[in-house]
Amino acid sequence: MNDTLTDKLTAFRQETANWLEANCPASMREPVKNGFDDLYGGGRNGVFKSEDQRIWFERMRDRGWTAPTWPKAYGGGGLSNAEAKVLKEEMAKLGCRAPLWSFGLMMLGPAILHFGTEEQKQKYIREICRGEIWWCQGYSEPGAGSDLAGLQTSAVDQGDHFVVNGQKVWTSYADKADMIFCLVRTNPDVPKQRGISFLLIDMKTEGVSVRPIKLISGKSPFCETFFDNVKVPKENIVGQINDGWTIAKNLLTHERSTVGNLFGSIMPLHEYAVDAVGLENGKLADPTLRPEVARVMINSYALKFAIEQTIDMTKAGHQPGAKSSFFKYYGTELNKDRHELMLSLKGYEGLEWGESYNEGKLARDMCRTKGNSIEGGTTEVQLNIIAKHVLGLPKSK
Amino acid sequence: MALILNEEQQMLKTSAKEFLTQKAPVSALRFLRDTKDSVGYDPSLWSEMVEMGWAALTIPEEFGGMGFGYVGLGQILEESGRTLTASPLVSNLLLGASTIQMGGSAAQKQALLPAIAEGQLTLTLAFEEHSAHRPFAVSSTVEEKDGQLMLNGSKRFVLDGHVAQKLVVSAMYQGEIALFLVDAEADGVKIDRRLMMDSRNAANIQFHGVVVKAADQVGNRSTLEQVLDVARIGLAAEMLGSMQEAFERTIAYLKERVQFKVPIGSFQALQHRAAMMFSEIEVCKSMVLKALQAVDAQDTKVPVLASMVKAKVGEVIQVVTNESIQMFGGIGMTDDEEIGFFMKRARVAQQTFGDYNYHLDRFASLNGF
Ligand SMILES: Cc1cc2nc3c(=O)[nH]c(=O)nc-3n(C[C@H](O)[C@H](O)[C@H](O)COP(=O)(O)OP(=O)(O)OC[C@H]3O[C@@H](n4cnc5c(N)ncnc54)[C@H](O)[C@@H]3O)c2cc1C
Ligand SMILES: Cc1cc2nc3c(=O)[nH]c(=O)nc-3n(C[C@H](O)[C@H](O)[C@H](O)COP(=O)(O)OP(=O)(O)OC[C@H]3O[C@@H](n4cnc5c(N)ncnc54)[C@H](O)[C@@H]3O)c2cc1C
Repeated sequence: MNDTLTDKLTAFRQETANWLEANCPASMREPVKNGFDDLYGGGRNGVFKSEDQRIWFERMRDRGWTAPTWPKAYGGGGLSNAEAKVLKEEMAKLGCRAPLWSFGLMMLGPAILHFGTEEQKQKYIREICRGEIWWCQGYSEPGAGSDLAGLQTSAVDQGDHFVVNGQKVWTSYADKADMIFCLVRTNPDVPKQRGISFLLIDMKTEGVSVRPIKLISGKSPFCETFFDNVKVPKENIVGQINDGWTIAKNLLTHERSTVGNLFGSIMPLHEYAVDAVGLENGKLADPTLRPEVARVMINSYALKFAIEQTIDMTKAGHQPGAKSSFFKYYGTELNKDRHELMLSLKGYEGLEWGESYNEGKLARDMCRTKGNSIEGGTTEVQLNIIAKHVLGLPKSK
Repeated sequence: MALILNEEQQMLKTSAKEFLTQKAPVSALRFLRDTKDSVGYDPSLWSEMVEMGWAALTIPEEFGGMGFGYVGLGQILEESGRTLTASPLVSNLLLGASTIQMGGSAAQKQALLPAIAEGQLTLTLAFEEHSAHRPFAVSSTVEEKDGQLMLNGSKRFVLDGHVAQKLVVSAMYQGEIALFLVDAEADGVKIDRRLMMDSRNAANIQFHGVVVKAADQVGNRSTLEQVLDVARIGLAAEMLGSMQEAFERTIAYLKERVQFKVPIGSFQALQHRAAMMFSEIEVCKSMVLKALQAVDAQDTKVPVLASMVKAKVGEVIQVVTNESIQMFGGIGMTDDEEIGFFMKRARVAQQTFGDYNYHLDRFASLNGF
C-alpha cells in the first residue's frame, strides 16, 4: 500500500472513531444478552426495543453504514474493503452493536447486487439498507431439504404475472416478514436444477398464509408458509427465468461462510468452567471435565487459526479454495460440542428450563445449537461436498 | 504476521521435498531396518543435508549459521515426515543446537554452534528418566566428590543416543535442574541402543561417576523447558508431514481399489471419514505454522502453542494412521505395503516430548485451570 493511501486510512480511522464515540449511545455499546433478538431487525412494522436503539439505527442508516461496502447510489456506505475493515475494528473497540441485523443484509442483498436489474437494485437494495423491509428465505419444502433442487412449489407463467402454489417449511421468521425470497419451479419438464426460478413475493399478497412451528428450544421462529394461487408480478423475478439455481448456489455459499464464522470466535471457555465448578489446588475442581475443556478450547483455536490463514492467503492473492470448504462443518460441530460441555459444567443448574427463554437459557441454547449442523446445508451434505469436490472421490451410487 | 510462508520458505520446502523423495524415501528407512544398520541413519545422506545448509538453518549468522529460523526448519521437518526419513534433524538440531543456543554461554556457542552448522558435531539431549514424558522429575545428580564434579544417574529414550558425539544431560545440581555437556565416549558412560517400533534411534544411557566441569553447564530448568517447547513444535511439523502423506496415499488407494465393481472411494461410509480427516489436517496445518512463527518471533505464547499443537497433531495423526490401515484393508496389514510405517512412526512421535494427555493437562495448567 502506498503512503497516501495509508494516510487516508489513518485519517478515516480517526474520523470514524470520533464519530462513533459521539454518536453511539452507551447502551448500544453493551454486549448483547439474547443474541440476534437484541438487535434491530427492521421491517414495515419494525419495533425498536429502546430509544437508544432507534437513534443508533437511524444515525448509522443515514451514513449508509448498515451496509458499509454497498454502493452509495443504493443507500449503502460506499466504503472500500479496507475502510469497512477499519469501521468494523473501531466498532469492535467500543463494543458497538450492529445497528441492523437481517436476512436482507446477509443473504438477499448480495444476490440482488450480483444478479438483479437496475430497477431491482434501486428499490430493494435501498429498502434493505434502510431496514424498511423484513425478508425471509423460502427454500426448504417438506419434500426438499438437503435435496433442495427437488422442490415442488410451482410458479406458472400467466403473461404479466406468475401464479404460485405450494408449501415452504422451516421459513425462519415468516410470521414477522414483509417479503419472502423463494425458489420456485417454473419448468417441471427439464432436469431438476434447470427448471427453478428465484422469485420475490410480498407476504401480504392474497393466498399467502403462515403457521408457526415450535422448536425444541421452546421458541417458534420458524413457520410453514403456504401459497394458494398467489399472483406475483413478473418483474419480481431475479435473474433469468429457470436460472434460479445459480443464484441459490451463490447465496448458499455466502450463508455457509457467515454461519461458520459466527460460531468460530473463541469464548473464554476456561473462565466459564472455573466460574461453574471452581478451582482446587489451582486446577479445575472437576478432574474429568478439565481435559475436555482443554480439548474444546484447542479446537476453537484450531478453527480460528484456519480462518486467519484463509484471510491471509486471500490478502496475499492466493486462492484459499479448499481451505474454507470445511468451516461450516467444523464450526457448527464445534459449537454443539462446546454447548454440551457447558451443560455438563453447569450441572443441575444448567438443566433448568424455566418459564421464559432467559430463565433456561443454557439448556435452550444447547437445544438450538443442534440446528447449526442442519440449517444452511447439513453436516453430511458438507462432507459430501468435500469428498467430491476437494478430495475428488468418485460419486457414490 | 501473515499466516503464510514467504517465498524463501516456500522454496526451501520445495527443494527439501525434491531431495527427500529422491534420496530418502520410505524404502530407505526399510533398508536401514532390514540391514540392521549400526548407525540407524545414513551418514552420507546427513552430509548432503549439511552441504545444503540444513544444519545451519536455525543457527545465528554470528555463529556460522544462516539465521533462517524455525519456520524454515519446520518445512524440512514436515517434508521429512512425508518420507519418514531417518536423520539427526530432531536430536541434533531441535534438541542439541537449540539447547546451546538457548542455554549456552558465549564461549560454548562459539565452540559448538559452528561445528554443528558444518556437520562436524552431533549432539543430543538426555532428559527422560521415566516410562513416559516427565522432564522435570529428575533423579540424576551432579555432586562434588574429591574436588571433582561427578554425574550419576540413568536416562531413557535418548534420541540418537548411541551415535551422537556429545550428550546434554539433565541432572540435579546444587538443588536445581541443570544441563551438562558430556562427551559420549567419556569414562563411565554406558550406552544401550534400543530398537523401537519406528526403526529410529533411541538409547538408554547410564552415567557412573562421569567427571564434568562447572564450565560444562549449558543452562538450567528454564532452558530445558524452552528447548522442549521448540522441539514439540518442530516434531509437530514432522508429524504434520507424515499425516498428510498417509492421508494422500489413502485417498489415492480409495480411488484405485475396486470392490463391488466400483472404486471403494465411492462408498459414503469412507467418504465422510475422509472428509473429516481432511478438515482436521487442514486445521493442523494452520496451527503448526502459527507455532513455528511464534518460535521465530520469541512470542510469550510459545509454551501454550507448543502444548496446543502437540496435543492436536497427536490426536489427528492417531486417527489418520489408524484409518489409513483400515481403509487399505488386508493389504494395510502387510509389511510390504508402506502405510504401516506411518502408524509406527506416529506412535513414537506422539509420545516423544509428551503425548496428547500430557499436553491437554499442560495446556490447562498454563491457562490457569
Ligand atoms: C435452525 C434452522 C433454520 C432454518 N432456516 C431456514 C430458512 O429460513 N429457510 C429455509 O428455506 N430453510 C430453512 N431451514 C431448513 C434447512 O435448510 C433444512 O432443514 C436443511 O436443508 C436440511 O433439510 P431437511 O431438514 O429436510 O433434512 P433432510 O434433507 O431430510 O435430511 C435428514 C438427514 O439425512 C441426511 N442426508 C440427506 N441427504 C443426504 C445425503 N445425500 N448424504 C448423506 N446424508 C444425507 C441429512 O444430513 C440429515 O442428517 C432451517 C433449518 C434449521 C434447522
Ligand atoms: C490378519 C488377517 C487374517 C486374514 N485371514 C484370512 C484367511 O485365513 N482366509 C481368507 O480367505 N482371508 C483372510 N483374510 C482376508 C480378509 O478376509 C480380507 O482382508 C477382508 O475381507 C477385507 O478385504 P480386503 O482386504 O480385500 O479389503 P477391501 O475389501 O479392499 O476393503 C478396503 C477398505 O474398503 C472398505 N470397504 C469395502 N467395501 C465397502 C463397502 N461396500 N462399503 C464401505 N466400505 C467398504 C473396507 O471396509 C476397507 O476399509 C485375512 C485378513 C487379515 C488382515
